[in-house]
Amino acid sequence: MDNTQEPKLKIRARKLSFFYEGGHQALFDNDLDIPERQITAVIGPSGCGKSTHLRTYNRIYSLHRGQRAEGEVLLDGENILDPKTDLLTLRRRVGMIFQKPTPFPMSVFDNVAYPLRLHFRLSHKEIAERVEAALQGASLWDEVKDQLRKSGLALSGGQQQRLCIARAIAAEPEVLLMDEPTSAIDPVATLKIEDLVLRLRERFTIVIVTHNMQQAARISDRTAFFYKGRIVEVGPTKQIFTAPKEKKTEEYITGRFG
Amino acid sequence: METIAKPAVAERPAAPQGAPSLASLGRPPYRPLFWRKLQDNLVQGFSVLALALAVGVMLWILATILLRGSEALSWDFLTTLSAPHGFKGGIGNALAGTLCITLFAAVIAVPPAICAGIWLAEFGKKSRLADALRFSANVMMGMPSIVVGLFVYMILVVPMGANSGLAGSVALAILMFPVVMRTTEDMLMMVPDTLRESGLALGLTRCRVTLQIICRAARNGMVTGVLLAVARVSGETAPLLFTAQFAKTWPTAFFTGPTANIPVLINDYGMSNFEDLQTAGWGASLVIAVLVLSVNVIARVAFRDKKD
Amino acid sequence: MRDRFTFEIESLKQRLLDLATAADRALVRAIRAVDGASPDEARAVITADSAIDAEEVTIEEECLKLMALYQPVAGDLRLIVTILKVNGELERVADLASNIAARAIDMAAAPAPAECRFDFAPIVERAHKMLRGALDAFVCHRPDQARAIILEDDAVDALNAACYAAARERLPQHPAQAGYLLDCVTISHCVERIADIATNICEDVIYLEEGQIVRHQKRLAQ
Repeated sequence: MDNTQEPKLKIRARKLSFFYEGGHQALFDNDLDIPERQITAVIGPSGCGKSTHLRTYNRIYSLHRGQRAEGEVLLDGENILDPKTDLLTLRRRVGMIFQKPTPFPMSVFDNVAYPLRLHFRLSHKEIAERVEAALQGASLWDEVKDQLRKSGLALSGGQQQRLCIARAIAAEPEVLLMDEPTSAIDPVATLKIEDLVLRLRERFTIVIVTHNMQQAARISDRTAFFYKGRIVEVGPTKQIFTAPKEKKTEEYITGRFG
Repeated sequence: METIAKPAVAERPAAPQGAPSLASLGRPPYRPLFWRKLQDNLVQGFSVLALALAVGVMLWILATILLRGSEALSWDFLTTLSAPHGFKGGIGNALAGTLCITLFAAVIAVPPAICAGIWLAEFGKKSRLADALRFSANVMMGMPSIVVGLFVYMILVVPMGANSGLAGSVALAILMFPVVMRTTEDMLMMVPDTLRESGLALGLTRCRVTLQIICRAARNGMVTGVLLAVARVSGETAPLLFTAQFAKTWPTAFFTGPTANIPVLINDYGMSNFEDLQTAGWGASLVIAVLVLSVNVIARVAFRDKKD
Repeated sequence: MRDRFTFEIESLKQRLLDLATAADRALVRAIRAVDGASPDEARAVITADSAIDAEEVTIEEECLKLMALYQPVAGDLRLIVTILKVNGELERVADLASNIAARAIDMAAAPAPAECRFDFAPIVERAHKMLRGALDAFVCHRPDQARAIILEDDAVDALNAACYAAARERLPQHPAQAGYLLDCVTISHCVERIADIATNICEDVIYLEEGQIVRHQKRLAQ
C-alpha cells in the first residue's frame, strides 16, 4: 500500500491497560494507531490480549461486571473511555462482528432491518431498499433473496456470519471491529468473507483480530503483534511478514512458538 | 567427469532424537478385555432395567386409570354437575373449576415469575440479592404443598370468612412461582453471551436486548417451562383442600365461595364407599391425567426449539 | 511441523553449498586450463556444467515446493528467496566457468608466444576471493562482510578495463594474435561478471539478514 500522504488516524489508543475481575491485568500500556479506511490486523498467540484490546474500542466489555480499562482510546480525538461517553452513540459509530455468528432469532430480513428501524427514520420502502443494499454489500443477497422470511438461524455458518456483517454495515458505522470473524467457518466461506472485508475497506475503518496469520497477511494494510498483553510490534503488513524488526514477532509468525 | 556429491536429503525427516522412543519400547502385552466388557454389559443391563421399571410403573398407572375410568366417561359425564350417591352426575363443575383455578393461578404467578427470572439471569447474576432469591425459590420448591394450603387458608380464607376459588388460585400460584422463575432464568442463561454483546454492539439498550432478542431466543424454552408448571400444579390436591374446597355448583362464586375442582373431587369420591362415586372418581382421574399429559405433549412438541 | 520445516530448509541450504563448491571448483579448473593450456581440463569443466545445471533445477524445485507447502514468512521467507536467487547466481558462475574453459580450448589450439601472454592472476584472485567471501557471508550470517565485499567490485571492474585497454593497444601491433587477444578479453570479461555475481550474492545476504533490498543503491547514490 503506497502511503504517499499520511492517512488520518481514526482511533488512537494511548497507554491503554485493562483489568479483569479480581484485578488480573490483561493489557499493559498499549499504544496503537488505527488509520482511517485501512484494515488493521491484530495477531498474537491465544490469551495475548488481542480480543481484549479490541473490546475496549466499543466498550463492549462494560457488559461484564468488574472489567475496567485505563488510559485513553481516542476516537476522532475523543476519549471514549471517559465515563461521560454515551455508549449508544459510540456503538452506533463502532460496529462489531464476533467470532461465532450471532444472527438474532428473527427472519433474515428483520435481522438487517433491526438496526435500520432502530437508528434511522425510514419508510418501509427505504428500509427494504437498504436491507437489499446491505445484503448486497455483504455478498449475501444472491443467496438469500428468495428466503428473506426464513429465520436467520436457518442459514449456514458462513452465511450467518455474512448476515451479521450485513446487519453491522446497515447501521452505517464508521469503524468495524472483527473479533476472529472466520474462526468458526469453513475455508471456502472464509475466503468469501475475506473478499468482502477487502471491499468494505473502501467505506469503513476495519480492525480485525485473527488467529490466522495468512489471513492477516492477505487482507490487512497494517499488522500489530500482541504478546502477553503488550504490543510488541506494529507496522505495515508487508514489512511484518517479510522483515519483522522484533525477534519475538519473527518467532511467532514463523511458527517457532504460539 | 565431474559430478556433485549430493548431500543426504531424506525424503522424510527422521523423528527428532530424544529419550526412549515409543518405537524402541515396542508394544507391551495386552490386558484381557473380558472384565471390561462384562462391566460394560452390567452397567447397560442395570440402566435398561431401571428404565423398564420407571416406564412400567407409568404405563401401569395409565392402564389402571384407563381401565377403571373409561366406563364412566361420556359427554354427559364431562358436562353435568356432580351429584351425590344414587343420582346420575358428572364432573362438569369440577372440570370448569379446575380450569378456572389453574388459569387464574397462572395469571397471578407467571408475569412476576418471568420478570424475576429475567432479573436473575440478566441483571442480578452473582449479586447477593439474587443468591438470596434463588435460595428462597429452592426452599419454596421443596415446601410441602399442604403447608402452602394452610398458609393461604390463614391469610385469605380466614379474613374473607369463606373458602374461595381465588384462594385456591393463590395457593397454586405460590407453588408455580419459583418453578417458572427458575426455568426462565435457566433458559435465559442458556442464550450465549455473544448474542447479548452483538445486540449491545449494534447500539441497542440493555432493555431492548433483553426483551426483543434474548427473550425471543429463549421463548420456546420459557413457554415450555410455564406449560409444565401449569400442568404440574393442576393436579395438586393438598393446597386446594383448605382453600377452594368443593362445591356442587358451577364455579360462579369463584372469588367469594368454595369452588369445585377435580383433585378434591377425586379425593372425596375416592374416600367414599359407594361404587358409582368411585367409578366417577376414576373417570375424573382419567380426565385430569389426559389433561396433564396433553399439556406436556403440547409443550414438548409445539414449542420445541427448531432451526427454521 | 516447525522441526520438519527446519530440517528441510537446512538440507536445502546444504545442497546449495554443495552447488557452490561445485561452481567454485569449475571456476578454479577453468582458470587452471587457461594458465596451463590444457584442453582436457577445459573439456571436463564443460562436461560437468550439465550436472550443475540439473542440480540448479532441483534446488529451485525444492524451494518452490517449500514455499507452496509451508508458506514461509519473515526470516524463513527471506532464506528461501535468497537460496532461490543465489542458486541462479551459482549456476551462472558455472556457465561463465564453461565459457572460460571454451576460450581455454581455443587458446590451446593456437598458443600465443610466452612473452605476450596475459597474466590473469590478479583479477581472478580478486574475483575468486569475492565469490568465496560472499558465500562465507551467507553461511556465517555476516552482512557487514557482505557490505565490504560489494565495495571491492570497483577494483575488479578497473582490472577488467585495464585488460581491455591493453588488448586494444596490442591488437594493431600484433594482428596475428587477434584470436588470442579476443579470448583474453572474453575471459577477463567473464571473470568480471563473476565478481558482479559475488556482489549480487552479497546483496542477497544483506536482504536475508536485514530485510532491506540494497540493490542498485550505489548507482542511485551517484
